[in-house]
Amino acid sequence: MAESLQQLILDTLDAQSEIHDTRSLTIPSQSGPATSQEDQISILGALNSLLSRDMIIYETHEIVSHALTPEGSQIVDLGSHEARVWAALPGKGEGAPFTVPQLKKQVGDETAKVGQGRAFKNGWIGKEGDGFVKLVSSIEDTTKLELQEIASTGSLQAGEKVLADLRKRKLVVQRKGQWFTVKKGSNFSTSTAKPETDLTVDMLTSGAWKSSTFKKYNFDAEGAPTNGGALHPLLKVREEIKNIFLEMGFAEMPTSSFVESGFWCFDALFVPQQHPARDLQDTFYLSDPKEALRPEPAYYKTVSTVHEHGGFGSTGYRAPWSHEESSKLLLRTHTTASSAHMLYKLAARCRGEKLEGDAGEFAHGSSTTNGDVPDDGFRPAKLFSIDRVFRNETMDATHLAEFHQVEGVVADRNLTLADLIGFMRVFFNKMGIEKVRFKPAYNPYTEPSLEIFAFHPMLNKWVEVGNSGMFRPEMLEPMGFPKDVRVHGWGLSLERPTMIRYGINNIRTLVGHKVPIESIENSAAVMF
Amino acid sequence: MPTISVDKADLWERLGQEYSTEEFDHLLFEYGLELDEDTTEEVEAAIKAGLPAERPQLKIEVPANRYDLVCMEGIARALRIFLGKGEAPKYKLVYPPGGESQLLTLKMDPEVKKVRPLFACAILRNVKFTPLSYASFIDLQDKLHQNIGRRRQLVSIGTHDLDTLTPPFRYEARPPKDIKFVPLNKDTAYTAEELMTVYESDKHLSKYLHIIRDSPVYPIIYDSEDHVLSMPPIINSEHSKITLNTRNIFIDVTATDQTKLDIVVNIVATMFSEYCEVPYTIEPVRVILPDGTTRISPDISERQTTARASYINACTGLSLSADQVSALLNKMALSSTVSPNDPDQLLVSIPCTRPDIFHECDIVEDAAIAYGFNNLPHKFPNTSTVAQSLAISKLSDIIRVEWALAGWVEVLPLILCSHEENFEFLNHVDDGKTAVKIANPKSLEFQVVRTTLLPGLLKTIRENRSHALPIKVFETSDVVFKDTSRERQARNERHAAAVWCNKTAGFEVVHGMLNRAMKMLEIPLIGNTDQKAETGYYIKERDDPVYFPGRAATIYYRPPPAKEGSTLEAIKQDVNTVLHIQRDVEIGSLGILHPTVLANFEIGYPCSALEFTLEPFKKEMNKIWTIEN
Repeated sequence: MAESLQQLILDTLDAQSEIHDTRSLTIPSQSGPATSQEDQISILGALNSLLSRDMIIYETHEIVSHALTPEGSQIVDLGSHEARVWAALPGKGEGAPFTVPQLKKQVGDETAKVGQGRAFKNGWIGKEGDGFVKLVSSIEDTTKLELQEIASTGSLQAGEKVLADLRKRKLVVQRKGQWFTVKKGSNFSTSTAKPETDLTVDMLTSGAWKSSTFKKYNFDAEGAPTNGGALHPLLKVREEIKNIFLEMGFAEMPTSSFVESGFWCFDALFVPQQHPARDLQDTFYLSDPKEALRPEPAYYKTVSTVHEHGGFGSTGYRAPWSHEESSKLLLRTHTTASSAHMLYKLAARCRGEKLEGDAGEFAHGSSTTNGDVPDDGFRPAKLFSIDRVFRNETMDATHLAEFHQVEGVVADRNLTLADLIGFMRVFFNKMGIEKVRFKPAYNPYTEPSLEIFAFHPMLNKWVEVGNSGMFRPEMLEPMGFPKDVRVHGWGLSLERPTMIRYGINNIRTLVGHKVPIESIENSAAVMF
Repeated sequence: MPTISVDKADLWERLGQEYSTEEFDHLLFEYGLELDEDTTEEVEAAIKAGLPAERPQLKIEVPANRYDLVCMEGIARALRIFLGKGEAPKYKLVYPPGGESQLLTLKMDPEVKKVRPLFACAILRNVKFTPLSYASFIDLQDKLHQNIGRRRQLVSIGTHDLDTLTPPFRYEARPPKDIKFVPLNKDTAYTAEELMTVYESDKHLSKYLHIIRDSPVYPIIYDSEDHVLSMPPIINSEHSKITLNTRNIFIDVTATDQTKLDIVVNIVATMFSEYCEVPYTIEPVRVILPDGTTRISPDISERQTTARASYINACTGLSLSADQVSALLNKMALSSTVSPNDPDQLLVSIPCTRPDIFHECDIVEDAAIAYGFNNLPHKFPNTSTVAQSLAISKLSDIIRVEWALAGWVEVLPLILCSHEENFEFLNHVDDGKTAVKIANPKSLEFQVVRTTLLPGLLKTIRENRSHALPIKVFETSDVVFKDTSRERQARNERHAAAVWCNKTAGFEVVHGMLNRAMKMLEIPLIGNTDQKAETGYYIKERDDPVYFPGRAATIYYRPPPAKEGSTLEAIKQDVNTVLHIQRDVEIGSLGILHPTVLANFEIGYPCSALEFTLEPFKKEMNKIWTIEN
């Protein structure tokens, strides 16, 4: 039917060039014009289908119309209640008047009740004894006539007042309706062949694609969702930063030791044993296991002596040394604990020891000793790591008890502070941070130490983005490094640049189990 | 890092110049300080609104090792010298008119060794305080107590009106019931025993009581008439209280280590000697130690050391002459001269206010600060090395990418979790040999380091109820096991795990994820009764309360035989080849999670889980540089 209706519209347009009022159409298989709302809805469907192909354009006109209720329809068929009462009664003097029960029996309870009053009021019937009789010989059933008019035109000449009365009597209801004026569209044709939505293999085989018309693609809508997997946004930033290190010739350090001893996390780095960072307030200590095995005895002795009494040109902290403090097990507060261990391994050759284990993973620099000087075993190295660290912090929007630290280390002979600053400029530039400046800072294991500040264009101020420095001789020389070997180190958190990258204010929407999976699926790729 | 509040107008006066906030921020930045806040605007707004307001303050963050900068006097002094507006003061000990024999004395009782063994003191004569400097004096003591004193545990300070006291003094330790005095800001006398109760409810003092509470004897300082000066580290006496009008100040310092004792007494004395009639003079006290020897306290002598211009140049990348370096050091209040014997060597005097200088490298830093970090030449290390990823990272990334390609989402839960989540919730019993436990967590969420990735994945699913089914999440990250063979008594292990959550449990889905991972790692699937295959993996039904009965399996891996080895190795291998099965190692498991586990994690849908270790698949890294010639 839909297609024949579309065809009718196109043919009519072809003949008349415009359909002024769609109510004048006669829908195929119907007998009269499409005056009802149902008919107009069918026509609207056809119009929209033609519109989507630009074959026509149309205007909509709103109208209010009336339709009969079931009771109203009944009146059109059988006459109004009052007419039915009148018709049932005998004429005056033509028979015994009907009593109320008789009348009810004849026309039904409802009609008798409603019709009797109105017929009486109209002067059609009268009382005779305890019964009713006709008073007039013929009547005009106005209600029926009005309803007939409404049924056929949807309206009433007599006007709104009468309509309101009929509505009140629940014989008609108001209905909003539409009709349309139709004109030819840019693609007008009388052919209703349905356009194709997609190119199919059948069309390729049959060659139908050559003659088919194609439905317009909606370029405003989104395509189909991909349903693929996703990598976590923080780890995407990790990969990007890792790439920066690799591009600059750095080798990744093993950091697979969340558990560290006070010795490796602090003492080996020349962090004093009474340093506040070692407080229970800041560091997670372990209750099981509690105590580390003792590190290599000669090295342990050297480290404790430098702390307690000085050495290697240093006065030391001159504070009592506690073996207990040194052997306490804890969750590492920084990956510099791992770096310290790596540097200790890197210096093994300088101590005259043989490398063991994963040595190949880091000992990758060329010898910088020229032929004249005996080889002291030192090999330069550039190392990095990005891994989890732990702080016993109270959690809030910017702090979690765990975060990722990015760390870089460069060990070579005669490195300078100017090298470190120059290197930092390049490193942060590769992260997209061009404007940086350096503030002298304090860090127990580096001297000089500096904080890196970057200008944040959005916040319009300088913000700290990282920490760096040159490891202290009190840390390097006990490991066995020659005096001219200096080591740069720097660190930053992975979370902070990631939060800036994704405009995240609350770290809990980035890390942890409360992160919505959708946000992982929708986080953009990272290119610094 | 301590933050010091400084009166802005007072500081400008001391510096002889007013600065805009921006200029001053820049000056501090170059010196290594940070301007945290300038309250000027706030104060002006308050005045406008007719509200009471303080004078404008500058809040300055100072490095934690610069005890000479934790008061306004110290900051102003350092900046004046840095700006070339003044010379570094020479602090002097001045004896009483009658000479050394007239020194006041303090005798230490051997008993103090049992509780707080070390003592030092100093006298400031003819001091004139203003309300500002008096407040600063009180504030400095508080800052030192908190920082270097570690909340008075290691060092504490008392200050007294010397004119109320009659020397000589005694530093003793007595049983608490034998100590009785009127403490500061009280009007009745209490025994030390009583004070422990009185101060229990004191918000400020209660946190220090533990330092001596359980000691049989308490430290106490008396004058010759048995007036108490103070009971360190808790409270001074009312009798010797100092006020704005006090002219002669006795400073006592007690400590548990000599270095910190000396630092604190020197800082307090030198900083406030500025207000003496003859500025920067301090009257010492003769302290008779328990062993009978005497020590003149304080010892404010400068430490003489040397620094080489060549070393400073080598560390900074500059090429300065010794004279130029000397000029830079003077800006940092380190006076120095070029050695007459060696033109490269500087003789540097480290004032007692700079105990942060341990080594020549600390002098390098001061020279670099004076030069300006941001003025250093732009250089780049010419260290030539070859880049390399870690084997375990590469392996991990392979699994991450393959599983993401398979349509799964990577999540990143926390590594710490509760004991329940790691054991009971998974229907597992803690054997005490597996998990590393935390002694001092601030929250129950952080009791153990996880030994499995499951709790994090399941919590993620719980929190993502509103996500459309199925939920497909994975993680590749570390878990930690106790390992008594290692120095650190623990080892990390890289795991890969995935959980599928849907209306049906889908064992075959996680099984497919295992197959996919192994296929990508080129580990062949072998039959679970196959004894001949050289290498591969297979799964075998398992009984494990975390899984649904009959829907759980163990993953076994048979590593390839070692490539080379001694003859003995070869024979061993031959034997092993016959008994392949004995080489097979359990690497993980998979299964439908038990409904009680789902209930524990408040998950209303069936789930299947897969978890295995990646460690056996780690490749040995190539030696990328030939070290041996």
